[in-house]
Amino acid sequence: MSVDKETVAKIARLARVRVDESHEEALAKELSNILGWIEQLSELDTDGVEPMTSVVSMQLPLRDDKVTDGGYPDKVTANAPEAAHGFYAVPKVVE
Amino acid sequence: MSALTDLTIAEARDLLAKGETSSKELTEAHIGAMEAARSLNAFITETPEKALQMAEASDKRRKAGEAGVLEGLPIGMKDLFCTEGVLTTAASHILDGFHPPYESTVSENMWNAGAVLLGKTNLDEFAMGSSNMTSHYGGVESPWRRSGDNRPLVPGGSSGGSAAAVAARCALGATGTDTGGSIRQPAAFCGIVGLKPTYGRCSRWGIVAFASSLDQAGPMTRTVRDSAIMLRAMAGYDPKDSTSVNVPVPDYEKALTGNIKGMKVGIPKEYRVEGMSEEIDQLWLKGIKWLEEAGAEVVEISLPHTRYALPTYYIIAPAEASSNLARYDGVRYGLREEGKTLDAMYEATRGRGFGAEVQRRILIGTYVLSAGYYDAYYNKARKVRSLIAGDFAKAYEKVDVILTPTAPSAAFSMGEKMDDPIAMYLLDVFTVPASLAGLPGISIPAGLSTDGLPLGLQLLGKAFDEETLIRAAGVLEEAAGFKATPAFLAV
Amino acid sequence: MSLIKGKTGEWEMVIGLEVHAQVISESKLFSGASTEFGAEPNSQVSLVDAAMPGMLPVLNKYVVEQAVRTGLGLKAKINLTSVFERKNYFYADLPQGYQISQYLHPIVGEGTIILDLENGDTREVGIERLHLEQDAGKSIHDQHPTQSYIDLNRSGVALMEIVSKPDMRSAEEAGAYLRKLRTILRYLGTCDGNMDEGSMRADVNLSVRRPGEPLGTRTETKNVNSIRFVQQAIEAEAKRQIAVLEEGGTIVQETRLFDGMTGKSRSMRSKEEAHDYRYFPDPDLLPLELDTAWVETIKVSLPELPDEKKARFVKDFGLPIYDAGVLVADRDTAAFFETVAKGRDPKLAANWLIGDYFAALNRSGADLHTAPVDAKKLGGLLDLIADGTISGRIAKEVFEEMWESGQEAGAIVEAKGLKQISDSSAIEGLVDEIIAGNPGQVEQFKGGNEKILGWFVGQVMKATQGKANPGLVNEVLRKKLG
Repeated sequence: MSVDKETVAKIARLARVRVDESHEEALAKELSNILGWIEQLSELDTDGVEPMTSVVSMQLPLRDDKVTDGGYPDKVTANAPEAAHGFYAVPKVVE
Repeated sequence: MSALTDLTIAEARDLLAKGETSSKELTEAHIGAMEAARSLNAFITETPEKALQMAEASDKRRKAGEAGVLEGLPIGMKDLFCTEGVLTTAASHILDGFHPPYESTVSENMWNAGAVLLGKTNLDEFAMGSSNMTSHYGGVESPWRRSGDNRPLVPGGSSGGSAAAVAARCALGATGTDTGGSIRQPAAFCGIVGLKPTYGRCSRWGIVAFASSLDQAGPMTRTVRDSAIMLRAMAGYDPKDSTSVNVPVPDYEKALTGNIKGMKVGIPKEYRVEGMSEEIDQLWLKGIKWLEEAGAEVVEISLPHTRYALPTYYIIAPAEASSNLARYDGVRYGLREEGKTLDAMYEATRGRGFGAEVQRRILIGTYVLSAGYYDAYYNKARKVRSLIAGDFAKAYEKVDVILTPTAPSAAFSMGEKMDDPIAMYLLDVFTVPASLAGLPGISIPAGLSTDGLPLGLQLLGKAFDEETLIRAAGVLEEAAGFKATPAFLAV
Repeated sequence: MSLIKGKTGEWEMVIGLEVHAQVISESKLFSGASTEFGAEPNSQVSLVDAAMPGMLPVLNKYVVEQAVRTGLGLKAKINLTSVFERKNYFYADLPQGYQISQYLHPIVGEGTIILDLENGDTREVGIERLHLEQDAGKSIHDQHPTQSYIDLNRSGVALMEIVSKPDMRSAEEAGAYLRKLRTILRYLGTCDGNMDEGSMRADVNLSVRRPGEPLGTRTETKNVNSIRFVQQAIEAEAKRQIAVLEEGGTIVQETRLFDGMTGKSRSMRSKEEAHDYRYFPDPDLLPLELDTAWVETIKVSLPELPDEKKARFVKDFGLPIYDAGVLVADRDTAAFFETVAKGRDPKLAANWLIGDYFAALNRSGADLHTAPVDAKKLGGLLDLIADGTISGRIAKEVFEEMWESGQEAGAIVEAKGLKQISDSSAIEGLVDEIIAGNPGQVEQFKGGNEKILGWFVGQVMKATQGKANPGLVNEVLRKKLG
């Protein structure tokens, strides 16, 4: 699969990673190379093979419905680049 | 070199037990070594004051007769483990200034066992790399040099700081994490032992996630016995990790009986890969011979889907990573680059905060999960992963362990292979298949290349049978008798 | 079938609803933080909810049980294997950068809800699926000129997304669907259904078409938080779509945001740019496997649900379908009714409850738990009617007094001397007096004016302050007037 500049811009946008336009061409080439290499997989017949969900063979553990956590708003916001009145603060969102 | 820093974990433990040294003494010696080895850039954060406090507390506990498995032993902690109140970076700019208000389960287990934190070791950014060159805090230099050549070499990655620190005698041992080979490959490059346990053996809680279905913590030490001792302290069921498996943790040291008579060792024919150096092949043959001489039965096995493991890994790991790294958005912790809108802030923060390799993997991961490609890439990879796990399951019907080389070459120079991602990815060719199958593996230093660099052999085991793996590794270590030391030793 | 008349002919709406119902539980879906409403910002947030590095989800067993219970209550298929997946997108109140949800393999499959329409008809609406997912945090936009504030207290609270089939054809049906769903959830105790606190929210999928034509393009209107708003949003959106189509335009498949203040919706197209959620199974979790026996124990513990209760009220108590429907709409009302009706005339009990009692509740703003007249007291009043101690008319007076004072009916009747006069000799004497004093009216009756009998009854009642037994009065009058 060959990836073009536009696709790079699109997935960078989806991933919220700013990529300089000047860098898109080179990145497109790199990604195309990697994807081309990955595509070896297509030669393998996987019809009827169950996709692996987890390597551990056990039941999903469940916990009891008890309040055992929380109650430390200071810890929650201690590392925030910006906080105010106990909230995280971000650039204004217009819906 | 101070005699204290040249001790193994087992030796240091025994001296402490006999009262011939104290944790404080041992820790001071290692703090000195850590400082002397700063040119290696093996540590992102040194915590000498904390180390001394912990050492003093340890000496008190010992006096009170409460010595744990790692009592008083100074170790390095890969900077992927969250440590309460101690800067935790994952070697990324995006975690600038992050002081976790919590302690990872594995590190907590180690402190409970009495270990002393020397500092947080360097790594590839978010553990993505095989050279330790992608760290925001700069690459780590291997303490090894090719004979007659003083050009700096990479320690391997991603746990390169841990490997370099242990090899250079700055720490008795260090933690690593292994997603596709990040414990075993740097261990091989630096001439130490690295053990990746079975997926589910060590809790992932509090370890900065790279690829959740693959990540597993493990010890990096100078001997197999040391890894056995350290793993016992690190491992254990954790109800906070839904993929942690509730099985008892044995005393792995007891597995070191030296007796492998009748053990069946599988040799996978598909691991004789293109481009593998002759000396690696020779070393592998030697390994086979050593095990045979010790009474093991060597069996040729087939792991037919081996060649598809790397491409499978390079779909699954970036896919999971692209999602795991979405939380680094400049809102709750770490770096924020200002932007007028929320999206502009996100893009600026993540554009500046992630390095080139991390960005590359986020983009690949985003791409393979996106609409229209999911089945062709991600779901295909999950199916191939089933086939690869199936290969191992079949092989383990016939054998107890599998012997392979750890890496297709010895360490390379800093700066080499940096412009060719795929060449870099190929370094994990022997380690990735077992990662995909969740199986335990260990790398043992087994010889030197013609230019004097360490080479490792890898043993793979059955799920949750680290004991058999450790027993075989002990025998292999004994037979190999690896005594070489790196050019640089911390004084 | 309800059709809408446009300028160029008739149109039919096709409506499907996606309801997000907050699961009643102490703690969150994947963390041990509290779900309580209205706490200080970020005080009910665990490190998992704040998506700190290395934090991992652990599933709440009770929430799973609640989802299964709801599925069983909706007569739906319980999927013994379901899978949690990550829905990836960026938003300030979504700390992980993904929502853990269920996508390809939800915990509950197809089911049905029976709507009770205003005219007493019923109609089936299909349930497509029910899945579990995490709620997001809350963004507050009006506290600062250039910043939004983020509170993660709701982040990670368990939601059930209940998706209907596109089986509804009018705003009325959509309203009936939401009311019925809410009733069922409340019976089951799996969601409190309080739309104003946001614990039940609806997204409306709507398209219009000419009757008999294939489905049109639909829009999704989000953020509708009351039944009235859902109905308004439906009417407004149908009107908008019809206007667009009748002017030769086409409907754009889009998400719209409803504004309760203006009753209008607007396009969120700007926000939509290429949503690509990149769902994949959450590698921090394993597939959720349910044990058949466990599902069975939940099934046998289900309460009697409104439809069954309604059928029983009709069959066992002989109530009209409409009355039964009114009584079962709320679990407490139905229980209240059964307490009152026990050992009494159920129709009388139903009439009193739906009539005077509900009217008094409405007037006073009280509910069943705070009302001054409880089921036992109301039953006491009905007993006095049944045994002839008081007439129905007096009973209304006594009831008002009970509501005022909170006293028992018997005490009021006693204190005020309201006991019915059922002594025929006393009534005969009165009747004799009235006949003697009103010869003109006697003549009229004898001349064939039957209606005048009512006038005589009124006179007797007046003389006894309404306490005379009306049956007996009639009987004596007929005898004497002969």
